[in-house]
Amino acid sequence: MARMKFLCDAERCIECNGCVTACKNENEVPWGVNRRRVVTINDGVIGAEKSISVACMHCSDAPCMAVCPVDCFYRTDDGVVLHDKDLCIGCGYCFYACPFGAPQFPQAGAFGLRGKMDKCTFCAGGPEADRSEAEFKKYGRNRLAEGKLPACAEMCSTKALLGGDGDVIADIYRERVLRRGKGSEVWGWGTAYGPGKPGAQPPAPGAKS
Amino acid sequence: MRRVTLGAAVIAALFVAGCGESDQVVVYKQGKYQGKPDAQPWDNAPLAAGQLGGKWTKGDRTSWEEQIKNRQLGQHEHRRIYQ
Repeated sequence: MARMKFLCDAERCIECNGCVTACKNENEVPWGVNRRRVVTINDGVIGAEKSISVACMHCSDAPCMAVCPVDCFYRTDDGVVLHDKDLCIGCGYCFYACPFGAPQFPQAGAFGLRGKMDKCTFCAGGPEADRSEAEFKKYGRNRLAEGKLPACAEMCSTKALLGGDGDVIADIYRERVLRRGKGSEVWGWGTAYGPGKPGAQPPAPGAKS
Repeated sequence: MRRVTLGAAVIAALFVAGCGESDQVVVYKQGKYQGKPDAQPWDNAPLAAGQLGGKWTKGDRTSWEEQIKNRQLGQHEHRRIYQ
């Protein structure tokens, strides 16, 4: 198996925040922490408004993992980036390193008290016994260990948010793009049309996608 | 005379050392995970194996991957609905 990834189809996302709600509900994420959120650009501009659902992208070369001073991050065999909350000291380095703003910190107390980092786990739990109460309390539900995909992707009403093996979801996306004839620009030539011939160049700007 | 020469040599050596260019770039080393080991998702009793044609058995990675793949293709409405 390749690596678990999320892919959001901006042509389909209707900014319903269903993924955000599904994540909150499934993992019982505390108030103030948002593992997933929907970002909209050109809000209100007719024809130009686009939304995309963003969470931890489970990077292949994760910056959070590189900067963590206590090395509490690890990557599973499926490419999911997880962390051990028992080790996390809540320093916030990962938050500064992450280009997506994925690491979240609960601020339950006064004087800016910052708790241990919390982030999207691709519904894969953490380093506690799978499907145990301790795992659920610290990291949320372990849906991968139940043979399911992340709740956000499976609950998406328009199927804009795809989750799973990068190769499989890229194939789904590619087939969609070919059927509707547009929308390949967002995720690039390779994702939309496959690897193609070695050394092949993408089309010139302005060419029909 | 010998002391003066020795002193001059030491001072000259210090001056030369000041012109040296030592490597000041920090060499970053990839950290190693220090936490608890995690179990594999396929080492669990199957819960959703009956759905979407999966036949996952405990400890069998290939069958778990097949289960997850079926689940992934469930997101593909062009195949799920129209065929």
